[in-house]
Amino acid sequence: MKGFDVADFNAGLIYASPEIFLGTAACAILMLDLLISDAQRHWSGVLAVISLVLTAVLAAAQPVSAKIVALGGLYELDRMAQVLKVVTLLTVAVVFVYSTDYLKRRAIFKGEYYVLGLFATLGALVLISAGSLITLYLGLELMSLCLYAMVAFDRDSGIAAESAIKYFVLGSMASGALLYGMSIVYGVTGNLQLASIATVVHSSFAENVGLVFGIAFILVGVGFKLGAVPFHMWIPDVYEGSPTCVTVFIGTASKLAAFALAMRLLPEAMAAAEPDWSQMLVVLSVLSIAIGNIVAIAQSNIKRMLAYSTISHIGYVLLGILSGTAQGYQAAMFYMISYVIVAGGSFGMVLLLARQGFEADKLVDFRGLNARSPWFAGMMAILMFSLAGVPPFVGFWAKLGVVQAVLGIGYTWLAVVAVLFSVVGAFYYLRIVKLMYFDEPTDHAQIGGSTLMRAVLSVNVLLVFVLGVIPGALIALCQRALQ
Amino acid sequence: MMQNEHLLAVLIWLPIAGGFVVLGLGERVALAKWLSLAVSALTLLFSVPLYTAFKTGTADMQFVERTSWIRAIHADYYTGVDGISMPLILLTTFTTVLIVIAGWSNIEKRIAQYFAAFLILEGLMIGVFAALDAALFYVFWEAMLLPMFIIIGVWGGPRRVYATIKFFLYTFLGSLLMLVALIYLYLKSGTYELAVFQDMPLTLTEQTFIFLAFFAAFAVKVPMWPVHTWLPDAHVEAPTGGSVILAAIMLKMGGYGFLRFSLPIAPDASRELDWLIIALSLTAVVYIGFVALAQRDMKKLIAYSSIAHMGFVTLGMFIGFQIVSRTARTTGIELGLDGAVVQMLSHGLVSGAMFLCVGVMYDRVHSREISAYGGVVNTMPRFAAFMMLFALANSGLPGTSGFVGEFLVILASFKANVWYAFLAGTTLILGAAYTLWLVKRVIFGEIANDKVAALKDLNSREFLVLGALAAAVLLIGLWPAPLLDVMRATTQHLVQQLLVSKLAL
Repeated sequence: MKGFDVADFNAGLIYASPEIFLGTAACAILMLDLLISDAQRHWSGVLAVISLVLTAVLAAAQPVSAKIVALGGLYELDRMAQVLKVVTLLTVAVVFVYSTDYLKRRAIFKGEYYVLGLFATLGALVLISAGSLITLYLGLELMSLCLYAMVAFDRDSGIAAESAIKYFVLGSMASGALLYGMSIVYGVTGNLQLASIATVVHSSFAENVGLVFGIAFILVGVGFKLGAVPFHMWIPDVYEGSPTCVTVFIGTASKLAAFALAMRLLPEAMAAAEPDWSQMLVVLSVLSIAIGNIVAIAQSNIKRMLAYSTISHIGYVLLGILSGTAQGYQAAMFYMISYVIVAGGSFGMVLLLARQGFEADKLVDFRGLNARSPWFAGMMAILMFSLAGVPPFVGFWAKLGVVQAVLGIGYTWLAVVAVLFSVVGAFYYLRIVKLMYFDEPTDHAQIGGSTLMRAVLSVNVLLVFVLGVIPGALIALCQRALQ
Repeated sequence: MMQNEHLLAVLIWLPIAGGFVVLGLGERVALAKWLSLAVSALTLLFSVPLYTAFKTGTADMQFVERTSWIRAIHADYYTGVDGISMPLILLTTFTTVLIVIAGWSNIEKRIAQYFAAFLILEGLMIGVFAALDAALFYVFWEAMLLPMFIIIGVWGGPRRVYATIKFFLYTFLGSLLMLVALIYLYLKSGTYELAVFQDMPLTLTEQTFIFLAFFAAFAVKVPMWPVHTWLPDAHVEAPTGGSVILAAIMLKMGGYGFLRFSLPIAPDASRELDWLIIALSLTAVVYIGFVALAQRDMKKLIAYSSIAHMGFVTLGMFIGFQIVSRTARTTGIELGLDGAVVQMLSHGLVSGAMFLCVGVMYDRVHSREISAYGGVVNTMPRFAAFMMLFALANSGLPGTSGFVGEFLVILASFKANVWYAFLAGTTLILGAAYTLWLVKRVIFGEIANDKVAALKDLNSREFLVLGALAAAVLLIGLWPAPLLDVMRATTQHLVQQLLVSKLAL
């Protein structure tokens, strides 16, 4: 590693301007939040959303043609990073819009929610743009620590506290495993920078036992953050126990970051050791798809059901990564982005139906929604069909891409397993549609939500539909990002 | 006059757009009904030029429209029709209008959604028949399940939830295996264009797996024995309109899939596995025929009769291979294919009409049990006349459309082997037995109870619907030549595709 270089540092600051801006904005909002009264509290949220959108504009405006390495190799900017950052920032902005009503109704409307959310997002951005193992870990921990606090945000809720402890303990163990794996990789290759590790692995260490050992530990950490079986135990409990507005954060933005973690560590740094980690991912992927889909059937709580559904979808994302081809990575990225859009909408629906003293987190709370609000029942039906992978919704193209990736490397059996379990998955998504359309309502309360939230949620869901009919642009974006 | 290249786009998207508008009308029921009628009638009107401007004598696709759709995966919005898909599209537009009229006053809840679902379904089904790009085809094919799932689930009978989820999962499973095969073909050819798939050389192993994957999708849809069990449930629980669409159009998609995908893409595997299809088809004809005899529920009886009749369709498609291998001649293959297509169209009209007849009685008595009826002819003479006509068509009486298809298929079977013809011929006895016995118990005899005594004959709306169907059944039965002319070039082309091995290319 070379010494400090002023020119390199100054150039790096320009590239890292989105992160710097977001960090500054988060600090400013934290300060401002101390000064304003409870009646003005919503301004924290408004400012947070504005700073996220501005950061997204900054990130999108950066001209990125090839990979840029800056800040002495700690920071890395490529097309994948740019796309993932913009999507993450916009996702968090949407999550904040969804959360505001919910926080107010739950009487936990505090500015810290937004500040923690912004810092978690900053962590995600750092992770996405990490050029070395150090920044990767730094970003991951910044994000995770904020998320632990957010889970426990409703301090009077016992179940939330329990989930937070569970998440923290298990998360720390996973981080430990990841760090241990990284240290082995460092020991074997003598490098921290991802690009240098890739070169060393490529030249001599692909068959090194020590390296395989390190990769195994790294996969434990990555598997945990993504929520792949057998490292999935925390997901259902945390999803169920967290306030729904935090569940949606964990279920969307943090998944994008975990995807970036996997992409940076495996295809980028360990490209030459692909046969090693690919085989391990086959196991994780099949188990996730199978267990996620089967156990989801038994759930009666929609947050738990969506948690198991996440697990199965992560299995499909892994199908793309394990194929080890550019086409597979593109498909995995498309899958992840489209899943985040759909999951954001699904949790948004749960938030919409929740009201004072009523969580709307049981499946039966969706009973007869078509009679109460045909529009939002239609929205939820689109989301469920998209999760099931039925065209013309975006989830179908995501499945098509990853199945194509595994068929491309000759794993026909894996493709067949993947599609068979998506039939199992269709069953529990259909059950929600059944409850909404075929049953009569038992609850006649007015559907809540501010006009803004309803509008954003509707746009979110219509995006699922529009991207399902004309997915070309998003597919092309992912293709350009990972050539 | 409209530009021909956009005609199919209008037929697909007009009903879908109209369906969404109707969906938005919500509680404005009268407006929703009239708008649905207008949209479906307009679609029927626009489908007429498909027939009048259709060029017979060529197997090329007509009314072709092609624009790039998803450049990243080389999928095009590519539509067109030939002599097989064009009549099926006409059948779809015709049936949908009748369903809108038939559902005018017997739907009680969420009326706008009911009509909207049928309009959207119509557009998607036309899309299935018109798509010439496998990705586009698959999107329409799967999307079609969604309105049908809702139709059975919302407006169906007491066990509707079980029936509709079973229907969805059965077809979804089959379709996904087909999807794997389509992706495989895409990876091999670099395009989703069907014509390329059809001309591409494939080894026998590849073809066999592809054939079996397609078989999973289409056999469920047809449905063939032993994967038929979703159909009786779905038919019994669906509202009348849903049953009609299922019987008249959706089952045809399985047959259409065999003709468009299985046979031309995997001809060598089709030849190798013809015994499988022929055995299953004959089982459907004979065994399901007996099962139909034992039914006590009218809708279930017609559902089983549908399975038996669809057995004829698949038999006609694959009997050609037996003709070649047993007699080394190729005459007769075309007979079988023609018979299969005519049988599909005829069954679409006849079974649709039978379900509408049951619907007419159900609206009045609210029972589908055969034993709840008897002597209906005494109180509903005009209805009884229609029912009798459709029953005779269902049993294949000469002069009705049911005869033409069955006759052609039996003729083709006879060329292969007399025993095939014998087994296929049992349908003439069994079909007549279960259909006419049904009519005897329901229509004729003494008036069974007070409810039957209080029945009112058809109103003008019902008369119009059944009258239109009766006219179509008689037209095809008495004068099938125009239909056969339209199909001729396409079936001849298909015969060529079947006879040329793709292994040696």
